[in-house]
Amino acid sequence: MNIHIPTPLRAYTAGAETVSVPGATVAEVFTNLTSQYPELKQQLFSNEGKLRSFVNVYVNDEDLRYLPEKEATTVASTDELTIIPSIAGGTDLIPSCSCCPLL
Amino acid sequence: MLHIDYTHYEALRAHGEETYPHECCGVLLGKSNADGNHVREIVRAGNTRTDSAHNRYNIAPIELVKIQRQARGLGLDIVGFYHSHPDHPAQWSPTDFAEAHWIGCSYVITAVEKGKSAITNSFLLTGTSEEDKKFSDQPIEIEVQPVSISTNG
Repeated sequence: MNIHIPTPLRAYTAGAETVSVPGATVAEVFTNLTSQYPELKQQLFSNEGKLRSFVNVYVNDEDLRYLPEKEATTVASTDELTIIPSIAGGTDLIPSCSCCPLL
Repeated sequence: MLHIDYTHYEALRAHGEETYPHECCGVLLGKSNADGNHVREIVRAGNTRTDSAHNRYNIAPIELVKIQRQARGLGLDIVGFYHSHPDHPAQWSPTDFAEAHWIGCSYVITAVEKGKSAITNSFLLTGTSEEDKKFSDQPIEIEVQPVSISTNG
């Protein structure tokens, strides 16, 4: 199946935006992906082998976290898997004032 | 260096004014090369943090998936993100840093003061992993397209 790699992780896939990896389940696909591109493993998984909390994985348009079978979800070669790190942020709760100009 | 044309630069600043007093957010599409990130398109995104939109933003992952798909269709990459800081400085916050995971991408922040865009800064997330990532100040080069002027007579 095709796996779409986000910009920051392409350094570990020789620049490839999309890589093709075999596998009957999501877990198998990840095993094969990190076997083919070993440096991805540290980027995607914690030392305990869990997907890092900020790494989102979508099977087509479905969030892996909400699929009943999770990593055991079966996939077809025509399915697409997308790895997408989260994006969030915001300010701290310190109001600006006249003595602290917006820098 | 972040390279962005004037139209896109003004568009992302206007977005922050429109959503004031809430934070806006969006994605920068373009290309990266040795001299920096070059923005070719900006995509507005929804802020899912309706519980605290005045000081938090979050882009839904499925929206990011679709934006990445859009970028792929255009032959572009996600090269950065932007958001606003209503009545706060255009500096990254501890929350911004903790939630930044796109190494190599630009994080553009616009301070919106009483509804008007003030300073816009860009920060490049550098490093090799979560453990050694850091934000670096990134100069912004605003590119102005040449205008052709025709005259009659």
